[in-house]
Amino acid sequence: MKNILLICFKEFKGYFVSPIGYAVMALFGLIFGFGFYTATRDMVQLGFRAQMMGQQQPMSVNEQVIRPLLGFAGTIALFLIPMITMRLVAEEKRTGTIELLLTSPVRDIEIILGKWCGAVLLYLCVLGMSVINIAMLFMWGKPDLKPVLVAYLGLLLQGGCLLAIGTFVSTTTRNQIVAGGVTFFVCLLLWLLSWFTAFESTAFSQVINYLSIVTHMENFSKGVLDSKDVIFYLSMIFFSLFLTSRSMESLRWRA
Amino acid sequence: MINVEGLTKRYARTVAVDNISFEVEKGTIVGFLGPNGAGKTTTMRVLTCFLPPTAGTASVAGFDVLENPMEVKKRIGYLPETPPLYPEMEVSEYLKFVGQLKGISSADIAKRVDEVAGRCALGDVRNKLIGKLSKGYRQRVGLAQAIIHNPEVLILDEPTSGLDPKQIIEIRELLKSLAGEHTIILSTHILSEVEHTCERVIIINQGKLVAIDSVANLTNRLRGAEAVAVEVESPDGHPDPSEVQQRLEVVSGVSRVVMKDSRNGRLIFEVESLQGRHIRAELARTVVNSGWSLSELRPVGLSLEDIFLQLTATEKDGDEGNAPQEVEGARK
Repeated sequence: MKNILLICFKEFKGYFVSPIGYAVMALFGLIFGFGFYTATRDMVQLGFRAQMMGQQQPMSVNEQVIRPLLGFAGTIALFLIPMITMRLVAEEKRTGTIELLLTSPVRDIEIILGKWCGAVLLYLCVLGMSVINIAMLFMWGKPDLKPVLVAYLGLLLQGGCLLAIGTFVSTTTRNQIVAGGVTFFVCLLLWLLSWFTAFESTAFSQVINYLSIVTHMENFSKGVLDSKDVIFYLSMIFFSLFLTSRSMESLRWRA
Repeated sequence: MINVEGLTKRYARTVAVDNISFEVEKGTIVGFLGPNGAGKTTTMRVLTCFLPPTAGTASVAGFDVLENPMEVKKRIGYLPETPPLYPEMEVSEYLKFVGQLKGISSADIAKRVDEVAGRCALGDVRNKLIGKLSKGYRQRVGLAQAIIHNPEVLILDEPTSGLDPKQIIEIRELLKSLAGEHTIILSTHILSEVEHTCERVIIINQGKLVAIDSVANLTNRLRGAEAVAVEVESPDGHPDPSEVQQRLEVVSGVSRVVMKDSRNGRLIFEVESLQGRHIRAELARTVVNSGWSLSELRPVGLSLEDIFLQLTATEKDGDEGNAPQEVEGARK
Protein backbone atom coordinates (compact mmCIF):
# COMPACT_ATOMS: atom_id res chain seq x y z
CA MET A 1 0.00 0.00 0.00
CA LYS A 2 2.81 2.36 0.92
CA ASN A 3 4.50 1.65 -2.38
CA ILE A 4 1.31 2.22 -4.34
CA LEU A 5 0.88 5.65 -2.79
CA LEU A 6 4.54 6.45 -3.31
CA ILE A 7 4.36 5.68 -7.02
CA CYS A 8 0.93 7.27 -7.33
CA PHE A 9 2.10 10.62 -5.97
CA LYS A 10 5.28 10.48 -7.98
CA GLU A 11 3.26 10.02 -11.17
CA PHE A 12 0.77 12.67 -10.18
CA LYS A 13 3.53 15.16 -9.46
CA GLY A 14 5.19 14.22 -12.73
CA TYR A 15 2.13 15.43 -14.65
CA PHE A 16 2.56 18.89 -13.25
CA VAL A 17 6.30 19.13 -13.81
CA SER A 18 5.69 18.55 -17.49
CA PRO A 19 3.06 20.57 -19.35
CA ILE A 20 0.78 17.53 -19.77
CA GLY A 21 -1.19 18.03 -16.57
CA TYR A 22 -1.85 21.70 -17.22
CA ALA A 23 -2.55 21.14 -20.91
CA VAL A 24 -5.10 18.41 -20.28
CA MET A 25 -6.86 20.43 -17.60
CA ALA A 26 -6.89 23.62 -19.67
CA LEU A 27 -8.18 21.89 -22.79
CA PHE A 28 -10.93 20.20 -20.85
CA GLY A 29 -11.87 23.40 -19.03
CA LEU A 30 -12.03 25.32 -22.31
CA ILE A 31 -14.16 22.83 -24.20
CA PHE A 32 -16.40 22.08 -21.25
CA GLY A 33 -16.85 25.79 -20.61
CA PHE A 34 -17.86 26.28 -24.22
CA GLY A 35 -20.40 23.46 -23.90
CA PHE A 36 -21.65 24.95 -20.66
CA TYR A 37 -22.09 28.37 -22.25
CA THR A 38 -24.14 27.08 -25.17
CA ALA A 39 -26.24 24.76 -23.02
CA THR A 40 -27.19 27.45 -20.48
CA ARG A 41 -27.76 30.09 -23.17
CA ASP A 42 -30.10 27.79 -25.05
CA MET A 43 -31.98 27.02 -21.89
CA VAL A 44 -32.35 30.66 -20.93
CA GLN A 45 -33.58 31.54 -24.42
CA LEU A 46 -36.01 28.65 -24.34
CA GLY A 47 -37.26 29.91 -21.01
CA PHE A 48 -37.79 33.46 -22.33
CA ARG A 49 -39.57 32.18 -25.41
CA ALA A 50 -41.86 30.01 -23.33
CA GLN A 51 -42.72 32.95 -21.11
CA MET A 52 -43.45 35.22 -24.06
CA MET A 53 -45.77 32.63 -25.57
CA GLY A 54 -47.49 32.50 -22.21
CA GLN A 55 -46.84 28.80 -21.87
CA GLN A 56 -45.69 27.35 -18.61
CA GLN A 57 -43.34 24.58 -19.72
CA PRO A 58 -41.71 22.50 -17.06
CA MET A 59 -38.03 23.37 -17.20
CA SER A 60 -35.32 21.35 -15.51
CA VAL A 61 -31.69 22.36 -15.17
CA ASN A 62 -30.82 18.74 -14.54
CA GLU A 63 -32.49 17.52 -17.71
CA GLN A 64 -31.56 20.32 -20.04
CA VAL A 65 -28.10 21.42 -18.95
CA ILE A 66 -26.38 19.04 -16.58
CA ARG A 67 -27.28 15.76 -18.21
CA PRO A 68 -26.10 16.54 -21.76
CA LEU A 69 -23.11 18.45 -20.38
CA LEU A 70 -21.77 15.63 -18.28
CA GLY A 71 -22.34 13.19 -21.15
CA PHE A 72 -20.30 15.64 -23.23
CA ALA A 73 -17.61 15.65 -20.52
CA GLY A 74 -17.25 11.89 -20.99
CA THR A 75 -16.70 12.43 -24.70
CA ILE A 76 -14.03 15.07 -24.14
CA ALA A 77 -12.33 12.75 -21.70
CA LEU A 78 -12.16 10.13 -24.43
CA PHE A 79 -9.78 12.39 -26.33
CA LEU A 80 -7.76 13.46 -23.30
CA ILE A 81 -7.22 10.07 -21.72
CA PRO A 82 -4.62 8.89 -24.24
CA MET A 83 -2.63 12.02 -23.38
CA ILE A 84 -2.75 11.08 -19.73
CA THR A 85 -1.75 7.44 -20.04
CA MET A 86 0.62 7.38 -22.99
CA ARG A 87 3.74 8.17 -21.02
CA LEU A 88 3.00 6.03 -17.96
CA VAL A 89 5.09 2.98 -18.80
CA ALA A 90 6.28 3.68 -22.35
CA GLU A 91 8.42 6.57 -21.12
CA GLU A 92 10.03 4.43 -18.42
CA LYS A 93 10.77 1.75 -20.95
CA ARG A 94 12.38 4.23 -23.30
CA THR A 95 14.59 5.91 -20.73
CA GLY A 96 15.40 2.71 -18.87
CA THR A 97 13.97 3.82 -15.54
CA ILE A 98 11.73 0.76 -15.68
CA GLU A 99 14.86 -1.10 -14.63
CA LEU A 100 14.85 0.84 -11.38
CA LEU A 101 11.23 -0.06 -10.65
CA LEU A 102 11.59 -3.71 -11.58
CA THR A 103 14.74 -4.17 -9.50
CA SER A 104 13.29 -2.48 -6.43
CA PRO A 105 11.55 -4.54 -3.76
CA VAL A 106 8.15 -3.62 -5.14
CA ARG A 107 5.61 -5.99 -6.65
CA ASP A 108 4.52 -5.49 -10.25
CA ILE A 109 0.93 -5.00 -9.19
CA GLU A 110 1.99 -2.18 -6.86
CA ILE A 111 3.74 -0.42 -9.74
CA ILE A 112 0.68 -0.80 -11.96
CA LEU A 113 -1.84 0.28 -9.35
CA GLY A 114 0.37 3.20 -8.39
CA LYS A 115 0.61 4.43 -11.95
CA TRP A 116 -3.07 3.90 -12.62
CA CYS A 117 -4.05 5.72 -9.43
CA GLY A 118 -1.77 8.61 -10.36
CA ALA A 119 -3.56 8.85 -13.69
CA VAL A 120 -6.97 8.64 -12.01
CA LEU A 121 -5.92 11.43 -9.66
CA LEU A 122 -5.10 13.68 -12.60
CA TYR A 123 -8.38 12.69 -14.25
CA LEU A 124 -10.17 13.77 -11.07
CA CYS A 125 -8.49 17.14 -11.34
CA VAL A 126 -9.64 17.35 -14.95
CA LEU A 127 -13.20 16.59 -13.90
CA GLY A 128 -12.71 19.15 -11.17
CA MET A 129 -12.52 21.81 -13.87
CA SER A 130 -16.15 21.10 -14.73
CA VAL A 131 -17.21 21.60 -11.13
CA ILE A 132 -16.51 25.33 -11.55
CA ASN A 133 -19.27 25.52 -14.15
CA ILE A 134 -21.66 23.16 -12.46
CA ALA A 135 -21.24 25.06 -9.18
CA MET A 136 -22.59 28.18 -10.91
CA LEU A 137 -25.80 26.34 -11.64
CA PHE A 138 -26.11 25.54 -7.97
CA MET A 139 -25.41 29.13 -7.00
CA TRP A 140 -28.12 30.62 -9.21
CA GLY A 141 -30.48 27.72 -9.55
CA LYS A 142 -31.81 24.75 -7.67
CA PRO A 143 -30.77 21.64 -9.54
CA ASP A 144 -31.11 18.24 -7.93
CA LEU A 145 -27.79 17.24 -6.39
CA LYS A 146 -28.10 13.45 -6.35
CA PRO A 147 -28.25 12.81 -10.12
CA VAL A 148 -25.25 15.11 -10.51
CA LEU A 149 -23.25 13.04 -8.06
CA VAL A 150 -24.29 9.83 -9.82
CA ALA A 151 -23.22 11.28 -13.15
CA TYR A 152 -19.83 12.21 -11.72
CA LEU A 153 -19.45 8.72 -10.33
CA GLY A 154 -20.21 7.42 -13.82
CA LEU A 155 -17.62 9.74 -15.35
CA LEU A 156 -15.07 8.58 -12.81
CA LEU A 157 -15.78 4.91 -13.51
CA GLN A 158 -15.74 5.41 -17.26
CA GLY A 159 -12.50 7.37 -16.98
CA GLY A 160 -10.94 4.75 -14.70
CA CYS A 161 -11.82 2.12 -17.24
CA LEU A 162 -10.29 3.98 -20.19
CA LEU A 163 -7.25 4.89 -18.10
CA ALA A 164 -6.74 1.22 -17.27
CA ILE A 165 -6.88 0.37 -20.98
CA GLY A 166 -4.42 3.18 -21.67
CA THR A 167 -2.07 1.90 -18.97
CA PHE A 168 -2.15 -1.51 -20.58
CA VAL A 169 -1.38 -0.13 -24.04
CA SER A 170 1.46 1.91 -22.57
CA THR A 171 3.18 -1.25 -21.31
CA THR A 172 3.25 -2.75 -24.78
CA THR A 173 5.47 -0.16 -26.43
CA ARG A 174 8.37 2.14 -25.68
CA ASN A 175 7.04 4.84 -27.96
CA GLN A 176 4.70 7.35 -26.33
CA ILE A 177 3.12 8.42 -29.60
CA VAL A 178 2.26 4.85 -30.49
CA ALA A 179 0.87 4.27 -26.99
CA GLY A 180 -1.26 7.41 -27.23
CA GLY A 181 -2.49 6.64 -30.74
CA VAL A 182 -3.41 3.04 -30.04
CA THR A 183 -5.14 4.00 -26.80
CA PHE A 184 -7.16 6.59 -28.64
CA PHE A 185 -8.34 4.13 -31.27
CA VAL A 186 -9.18 1.46 -28.70
CA CYS A 187 -11.21 4.01 -26.74
CA LEU A 188 -12.87 5.22 -29.91
CA LEU A 189 -13.76 1.68 -30.90
CA LEU A 190 -15.29 0.93 -27.52
CA TRP A 191 -17.22 4.15 -27.83
CA LEU A 192 -18.43 3.48 -31.37
CA LEU A 193 -19.57 -0.06 -30.62
CA SER A 194 -22.99 1.25 -29.67
CA TRP A 195 -23.41 2.83 -33.12
CA PHE A 196 -23.11 -0.42 -34.99
CA THR A 197 -25.99 -1.96 -33.16
CA ALA A 198 -28.35 0.95 -32.79
CA PHE A 199 -31.13 -0.59 -34.88
CA GLU A 200 -30.56 -4.28 -34.30
CA SER A 201 -31.62 -6.46 -31.46
CA THR A 202 -30.04 -9.84 -32.09
CA ALA A 203 -28.19 -11.51 -29.25
CA PHE A 204 -24.88 -10.71 -30.90
CA SER A 205 -25.59 -7.04 -31.28
CA GLN A 206 -26.75 -6.91 -27.68
CA VAL A 207 -23.43 -8.32 -26.56
CA ILE A 208 -21.60 -5.75 -28.67
CA ASN A 209 -23.82 -3.06 -27.32
CA TYR A 210 -23.13 -4.17 -23.78
CA LEU A 211 -19.40 -3.80 -24.40
CA SER A 212 -19.75 -0.21 -25.49
CA ILE A 213 -18.36 2.20 -22.94
CA VAL A 214 -20.98 4.85 -23.69
CA THR A 215 -24.06 2.66 -23.30
CA HIS A 216 -23.30 2.27 -19.63
CA MET A 217 -22.63 5.96 -19.24
CA GLU A 218 -26.17 6.83 -20.36
CA ASN A 219 -27.76 5.52 -17.20
CA PHE A 220 -25.31 7.38 -15.02
CA SER A 221 -25.90 10.68 -16.79
CA LYS A 222 -29.63 10.19 -16.30
CA GLY A 223 -28.89 9.91 -12.62
CA VAL A 224 -29.72 6.20 -12.53
CA LEU A 225 -27.33 4.12 -10.49
CA ASP A 226 -27.58 0.59 -11.87
CA SER A 227 -25.37 -2.13 -10.39
CA LYS A 228 -25.10 -3.63 -13.89
CA ASP A 229 -23.21 -0.57 -15.11
CA VAL A 230 -21.04 -0.30 -12.02
CA ILE A 231 -20.09 -3.95 -12.37
CA PHE A 232 -19.35 -3.47 -16.06
CA TYR A 233 -16.91 -0.66 -15.39
CA LEU A 234 -15.31 -2.32 -12.40
CA SER A 235 -14.80 -5.56 -14.29
CA MET A 236 -13.35 -3.67 -17.27
CA ILE A 237 -10.92 -1.92 -14.93
CA PHE A 238 -10.00 -5.19 -13.27
CA PHE A 239 -9.56 -6.95 -16.60
CA SER A 240 -7.41 -4.18 -18.09
CA LEU A 241 -5.19 -3.97 -15.03
CA PHE A 242 -4.87 -7.75 -15.09
CA LEU A 243 -3.72 -7.56 -18.71
CA THR A 244 -1.29 -4.83 -17.67
CA SER A 245 0.24 -7.01 -15.00
CA ARG A 246 0.63 -9.86 -17.51
CA SER A 247 2.22 -7.46 -19.94
CA MET A 248 4.61 -6.18 -17.26
CA GLU A 249 5.58 -9.71 -16.43
CA SER A 250 6.26 -10.45 -20.06
CA LEU A 251 8.71 -7.54 -20.10
CA ARG A 252 10.98 -9.71 -18.03
CA TRP A 253 10.59 -12.79 -20.16
CA ARG A 254 10.83 -11.12 -23.52
CA ALA A 255 13.26 -8.32 -22.73
CA MET B 1 27.64 -13.68 -1.03
CA ILE B 2 26.84 -14.13 -4.69
CA ASN B 3 26.60 -17.57 -6.10
CA VAL B 4 26.07 -18.27 -9.76
CA GLU B 5 25.86 -21.78 -11.06
CA GLY B 6 25.48 -22.90 -14.63
CA LEU B 7 23.75 -19.66 -15.51
CA THR B 8 22.42 -19.57 -19.05
CA LYS B 9 20.32 -16.89 -20.64
CA ARG B 10 18.92 -17.40 -24.08
CA TYR B 11 17.09 -14.79 -26.07
CA ALA B 12 14.95 -15.70 -29.04
CA ARG B 13 17.85 -16.48 -31.34
CA THR B 14 21.01 -15.82 -29.41
CA VAL B 15 22.62 -17.23 -26.33
CA ALA B 16 23.66 -14.22 -24.31
CA VAL B 17 25.14 -16.06 -21.36
CA ASP B 18 26.27 -19.63 -21.65
CA ASN B 19 26.70 -21.78 -18.59
CA ILE B 20 28.58 -19.37 -16.34
CA SER B 21 29.48 -20.25 -12.77
CA PHE B 22 31.26 -18.09 -10.26
CA GLU B 23 31.22 -17.05 -6.66
CA VAL B 24 31.84 -13.72 -5.06
CA GLU B 25 32.83 -13.49 -1.44
CA LYS B 26 31.51 -10.93 0.96
CA GLY B 27 33.24 -7.57 0.95
CA THR B 28 35.20 -7.96 -2.25
CA ILE B 29 35.19 -5.87 -5.38
CA VAL B 30 34.92 -7.97 -8.48
CA GLY B 31 35.46 -6.68 -11.98
CA PHE B 32 33.41 -8.08 -14.78
CA LEU B 33 35.45 -7.68 -17.90
CA GLY B 34 34.56 -8.33 -21.49
CA PRO B 35 33.90 -6.64 -24.81
CA ASN B 36 30.53 -5.22 -25.68
CA GLY B 37 27.92 -7.90 -26.11
CA ALA B 38 29.84 -10.42 -24.03
CA GLY B 39 26.92 -10.93 -21.67
CA LYS B 40 27.98 -8.70 -18.80
CA THR B 41 24.77 -6.72 -18.65
CA THR B 42 22.64 -9.82 -19.06
CA THR B 43 24.39 -11.54 -16.15
CA MET B 44 23.89 -8.45 -14.02
CA ARG B 45 20.25 -8.24 -14.97
CA VAL B 46 19.75 -11.82 -13.88
CA LEU B 47 21.43 -11.08 -10.56
CA THR B 48 19.17 -8.10 -9.99
CA CYS B 49 16.02 -10.13 -10.78
CA PHE B 50 15.32 -8.00 -13.83
CA LEU B 51 15.57 -11.01 -16.11
CA PRO B 52 14.94 -14.62 -15.20
CA PRO B 53 17.67 -17.09 -16.14
CA THR B 54 16.89 -19.66 -18.86
CA ALA B 55 18.81 -22.30 -16.95
CA GLY B 56 21.00 -22.50 -13.91
CA THR B 57 20.69 -20.70 -10.63
CA ALA B 58 21.87 -17.46 -9.16
CA SER B 59 21.58 -16.47 -5.55
CA VAL B 60 22.43 -13.39 -3.57
CA ALA B 61 23.02 -13.62 0.18
CA GLY B 62 21.53 -17.11 0.11
CA PHE B 63 18.31 -16.08 -1.65
CA ASP B 64 17.55 -17.45 -5.07
CA VAL B 65 16.68 -14.84 -7.70
CA LEU B 66 13.71 -16.84 -8.94
CA GLU B 67 12.28 -18.12 -5.69
CA ASN B 68 12.86 -15.13 -3.47
CA PRO B 69 13.20 -12.07 -5.69
CA MET B 70 11.90 -9.68 -3.02
CA GLU B 71 14.61 -10.63 -0.55
CA VAL B 72 17.26 -10.37 -3.25
CA LYS B 73 16.03 -6.98 -4.42
CA LYS B 74 16.15 -5.63 -0.86
CA ARG B 75 19.82 -6.50 -0.64
CA ILE B 76 20.92 -5.18 -4.00
CA GLY B 77 21.81 -1.73 -5.21
CA TYR B 78 21.91 -1.57 -8.96
CA LEU B 79 23.26 1.02 -11.32
CA PRO B 80 22.31 0.08 -14.89
CA GLU B 81 24.36 1.20 -17.86
CA THR B 82 22.25 4.30 -18.30
CA PRO B 83 21.43 5.60 -14.82
CA PRO B 84 17.67 5.24 -14.26
CA LEU B 85 16.95 8.92 -13.62
CA TYR B 86 13.78 10.95 -13.92
CA PRO B 87 14.91 14.19 -15.56
CA GLU B 88 11.93 16.11 -14.23
CA MET B 89 12.82 15.45 -10.59
CA GLU B 90 15.21 17.29 -8.33
CA VAL B 91 18.19 15.34 -7.07
CA SER B 92 17.14 15.14 -3.43
CA GLU B 93 13.52 14.49 -4.39
CA TYR B 94 14.64 11.63 -6.62
CA LEU B 95 16.88 10.13 -3.97
CA LYS B 96 14.04 10.33 -1.49
CA PHE B 97 11.70 8.57 -3.91
CA VAL B 98 14.17 5.76 -4.63
CA GLY B 99 15.01 5.40 -0.96
CA GLN B 100 11.38 4.93 -0.02
CA LEU B 101 10.89 2.58 -2.93
CA LYS B 102 13.75 0.51 -1.54
CA GLY B 103 12.00 0.36 1.80
CA ILE B 104 13.60 3.08 3.90
CA SER B 105 11.09 4.39 6.42
CA SER B 106 10.03 8.02 6.11
CA ALA B 107 11.63 8.74 9.49
CA ASP B 108 15.11 7.81 8.27
CA ILE B 109 14.89 8.95 4.69
CA ALA B 110 16.08 12.53 5.11
CA LYS B 111 19.16 11.39 6.99
CA ARG B 112 20.00 8.78 4.37
CA VAL B 113 19.59 11.27 1.53
CA ASP B 114 21.99 13.64 3.29
CA GLU B 115 24.43 10.85 3.82
CA VAL B 116 24.60 9.57 0.24
CA ALA B 117 24.52 13.07 -1.19
CA GLY B 118 27.57 13.83 0.90
CA ARG B 119 29.25 10.62 -0.02
CA CYS B 120 28.72 11.08 -3.74
CA ALA B 121 29.62 14.79 -3.57
CA LEU B 122 26.19 15.93 -4.68
CA GLY B 123 25.94 18.71 -2.12
CA ASP B 124 25.83 21.64 -4.51
CA VAL B 125 23.35 20.12 -6.98
CA ARG B 126 20.82 18.78 -4.49
CA ASN B 127 18.09 21.13 -5.55
CA LYS B 128 18.76 21.04 -9.26
CA LEU B 129 16.65 19.20 -11.78
CA ILE B 130 18.31 15.98 -12.83
CA GLY B 131 17.66 16.83 -16.47
CA LYS B 132 19.94 19.86 -16.14
CA LEU B 133 22.89 17.95 -14.69
CA SER B 134 26.08 17.10 -16.54
CA LYS B 135 26.89 13.51 -17.39
CA GLY B 136 29.30 13.18 -14.51
CA TYR B 137 26.77 14.37 -11.97
CA ARG B 138 24.11 12.11 -13.41
CA GLN B 139 26.40 9.15 -13.01
CA ARG B 140 26.96 10.14 -9.41
CA VAL B 141 23.25 10.50 -8.78
CA GLY B 142 22.89 7.01 -10.27
CA LEU B 143 25.49 5.73 -7.86
CA ALA B 144 23.86 7.53 -4.93
CA GLN B 145 20.59 5.89 -5.91
CA ALA B 146 22.25 2.47 -5.82
CA ILE B 147 23.71 2.87 -2.34
CA ILE B 148 20.86 4.76 -0.70
CA HIS B 149 19.46 1.77 1.16
CA ASN B 150 22.89 0.60 2.20
CA PRO B 151 22.64 -2.68 0.28
CA GLU B 152 24.87 -5.63 0.98
CA VAL B 153 25.56 -6.08 -2.71
CA LEU B 154 26.26 -3.38 -5.27
CA ILE B 155 25.94 -4.17 -8.94
CA LEU B 156 27.31 -1.47 -11.19
CA ASP B 157 27.12 -1.67 -14.96
CA GLU B 158 29.95 0.41 -16.40
CA PRO B 159 29.94 2.98 -13.62
CA THR B 160 32.62 5.13 -15.21
CA SER B 161 31.51 5.12 -18.83
CA GLY B 162 31.45 8.56 -20.36
CA LEU B 163 33.20 10.27 -17.49
CA ASP B 164 36.32 12.39 -17.75
CA PRO B 165 39.53 11.12 -16.13
CA LYS B 166 39.12 13.23 -13.01
CA GLN B 167 35.59 11.99 -12.46
CA ILE B 168 36.73 8.43 -13.08
CA ILE B 169 39.28 8.78 -10.30
CA GLU B 170 36.62 10.19 -7.99
CA ILE B 171 34.23 7.34 -8.67
CA ARG B 172 37.05 4.88 -8.20
CA GLU B 173 37.89 6.35 -4.81
CA LEU B 174 34.26 6.22 -3.87
CA LEU B 175 34.01 2.57 -4.83
CA LYS B 176 37.09 1.73 -2.83
CA SER B 177 35.65 3.45 0.21
CA LEU B 178 32.50 1.37 -0.21
CA ALA B 179 34.32 -1.94 -0.39
CA GLY B 180 34.50 -3.93 2.78
CA GLU B 181 31.01 -3.22 3.98
CA HIS B 182 29.57 -3.87 0.53
CA THR B 183 30.18 -6.59 -1.98
CA ILE B 184 30.64 -4.94 -5.34
CA ILE B 185 30.43 -6.28 -8.86
CA LEU B 186 31.25 -3.80 -11.54
CA SER B 187 31.35 -4.38 -15.24
CA THR B 188 33.67 -2.56 -17.54
CA HIS B 189 35.67 -2.85 -20.66
CA ILE B 190 38.32 -0.53 -19.36
CA LEU B 191 41.34 -2.40 -18.10
CA SER B 192 42.87 0.16 -15.84
CA GLU B 193 39.55 0.29 -14.07
CA VAL B 194 39.82 -3.33 -13.04
CA GLU B 195 43.46 -2.96 -12.12
CA HIS B 196 42.80 0.00 -9.92
CA THR B 197 39.64 -0.94 -8.12
CA CYS B 198 39.03 -4.66 -8.23
CA GLU B 199 40.43 -7.49 -6.23
CA ARG B 200 39.21 -10.21 -8.50
CA VAL B 201 38.33 -10.24 -12.13
CA ILE B 202 35.88 -12.32 -14.09
CA ILE B 203 36.45 -12.25 -17.81
CA ILE B 204 33.71 -13.33 -20.17
CA ASN B 205 33.45 -13.36 -23.91
CA GLN B 206 30.53 -14.29 -26.12
CA GLY B 207 28.64 -15.46 -23.09
CA LYS B 208 31.32 -17.83 -21.93
CA LEU B 209 33.54 -17.57 -18.91
CA VAL B 210 37.16 -17.04 -19.99
CA ALA B 211 38.97 -16.55 -16.72
CA ILE B 212 38.51 -15.90 -13.05
CA ASP B 213 41.55 -14.81 -11.15
CA SER B 214 42.72 -12.29 -8.65
CA VAL B 215 43.84 -9.06 -10.18
CA ALA B 216 47.15 -9.37 -8.37
CA ASN B 217 47.88 -12.58 -10.21
CA LEU B 218 46.89 -11.19 -13.53
CA THR B 219 48.67 -7.89 -13.24
CA ASN B 220 51.71 -9.64 -11.90
CA ARG B 221 52.08 -11.21 -15.27
CA LEU B 222 51.35 -7.95 -16.95
CA ARG B 223 54.06 -6.11 -15.06
CA GLY B 224 57.13 -7.71 -16.56
CA ALA B 225 57.21 -11.08 -14.87
CA GLU B 226 57.05 -13.69 -17.56
CA ALA B 227 55.78 -17.19 -17.74
CA VAL B 228 57.47 -19.56 -20.16
CA ALA B 229 56.44 -22.96 -21.37
CA VAL B 230 59.42 -25.24 -21.77
CA GLU B 231 59.21 -28.49 -23.63
CA VAL B 232 62.05 -30.82 -22.95
CA GLU B 233 62.93 -33.97 -24.86
CA SER B 234 65.59 -36.47 -24.03
CA PRO B 235 67.61 -38.40 -26.65
CA ASP B 236 67.27 -41.61 -24.63
CA GLY B 237 63.52 -41.19 -24.44
CA HIS B 238 62.68 -40.62 -20.81
CA PRO B 239 64.08 -37.71 -18.85
CA ASP B 240 63.36 -37.83 -15.17
CA PRO B 241 60.69 -35.21 -14.43
CA SER B 242 61.88 -34.35 -10.96
CA GLU B 243 65.45 -33.95 -12.14
CA VAL B 244 64.43 -31.56 -14.88
CA GLN B 245 62.30 -29.64 -12.44
CA GLN B 246 65.15 -29.25 -10.02
CA ARG B 247 67.51 -28.05 -12.71
CA LEU B 248 65.01 -25.49 -13.93
CA GLU B 249 64.29 -24.26 -10.43
CA VAL B 250 67.87 -23.30 -9.76
CA VAL B 251 68.13 -21.12 -12.85
CA SER B 252 68.58 -17.56 -11.62
CA GLY B 253 65.46 -15.44 -11.81
CA VAL B 254 63.02 -18.34 -11.72
CA SER B 255 60.32 -18.14 -9.11
CA ARG B 256 58.25 -21.19 -9.78
CA VAL B 257 58.29 -24.29 -11.94
CA VAL B 258 55.19 -26.35 -12.58
CA MET B 259 55.05 -29.56 -14.53
CA LYS B 260 52.15 -29.25 -16.93
CA ASP B 261 52.14 -32.28 -19.16
CA SER B 262 54.13 -35.19 -20.40
CA ARG B 263 53.61 -37.15 -23.57
CA ASN B 264 55.79 -39.39 -25.69
CA GLY B 265 58.76 -38.68 -23.54
CA ARG B 266 58.33 -34.94 -23.81
CA LEU B 267 57.89 -32.95 -20.65
CA ILE B 268 56.19 -29.64 -20.60
CA PHE B 269 56.89 -27.22 -17.77
CA GLU B 270 55.62 -23.82 -17.02
CA VAL B 271 58.29 -21.60 -15.57
CA GLU B 272 57.56 -18.23 -14.01
CA SER B 273 60.16 -15.56 -13.59
CA LEU B 274 60.60 -12.98 -10.89
CA GLN B 275 59.59 -9.43 -11.66
CA GLY B 276 61.48 -7.99 -14.56
CA ARG B 277 63.85 -10.90 -15.11
CA HIS B 278 64.50 -12.41 -18.50
CA ILE B 279 65.02 -16.09 -18.08
CA ARG B 280 64.49 -17.56 -21.51
CA ALA B 281 68.12 -17.57 -22.62
CA GLU B 282 69.29 -18.99 -19.33
CA LEU B 283 66.61 -21.65 -19.39
CA ALA B 284 67.59 -22.75 -22.89
CA ARG B 285 71.24 -22.96 -21.89
CA THR B 286 70.43 -25.03 -18.82
CA VAL B 287 68.36 -27.50 -20.75
CA VAL B 288 70.88 -27.96 -23.51
CA ASN B 289 73.82 -28.18 -21.10
CA SER B 290 72.05 -30.96 -19.25
CA GLY B 291 72.03 -33.05 -22.38
CA TRP B 292 68.34 -32.79 -23.17
CA SER B 293 67.00 -31.24 -26.26
CA LEU B 294 64.83 -28.20 -26.08
CA SER B 295 61.92 -28.67 -28.44
CA GLU B 296 59.96 -25.63 -27.52
CA LEU B 297 60.36 -22.45 -25.53
CA ARG B 298 57.54 -19.98 -25.65
CA PRO B 299 56.08 -17.34 -23.41
CA VAL B 300 52.66 -18.09 -21.97
CA GLY B 301 50.31 -16.36 -19.61
CA LEU B 302 47.79 -13.75 -20.49
CA SER B 303 48.09 -10.20 -19.40
CA LEU B 304 44.83 -8.40 -18.90
CA GLU B 305 45.69 -6.48 -22.00
CA ASP B 306 46.38 -9.62 -23.96
CA ILE B 307 43.19 -11.22 -22.88
CA PHE B 308 41.31 -8.15 -23.70
CA LEU B 309 42.94 -7.71 -27.08
CA GLN B 310 42.16 -11.27 -27.85
CA LEU B 311 38.57 -10.86 -26.82
CA THR B 312 38.05 -7.73 -28.84
CA ALA B 313 39.88 -9.30 -31.75
CA THR B 314 37.41 -12.16 -31.71
CA GLU B 315 34.68 -9.64 -31.81
CA LYS B 316 36.14 -7.68 -34.70
CA ASP B 317 37.23 -10.69 -36.73
CA GLY B 318 34.02 -12.47 -36.07
CA ASP B 319 33.11 -12.67 -39.73
CA GLU B 320 36.46 -14.10 -40.72
CA GLY B 321 35.58 -17.35 -39.08
CA ASN B 322 37.96 -18.45 -36.39
CA ALA B 323 39.70 -15.63 -34.68
CA PRO B 324 43.27 -16.22 -33.65
CA GLN B 325 43.20 -18.25 -30.51
CA GLU B 326 46.96 -18.05 -30.05
CA VAL B 327 47.83 -15.38 -27.60
CA GLU B 328 51.57 -15.48 -28.09
CA GLY B 329 51.40 -13.24 -31.10
CA ALA B 330 49.93 -10.46 -29.07
CA ARG B 331 52.77 -10.52 -26.64
CA LYS B 332 56.10 -9.13 -27.67
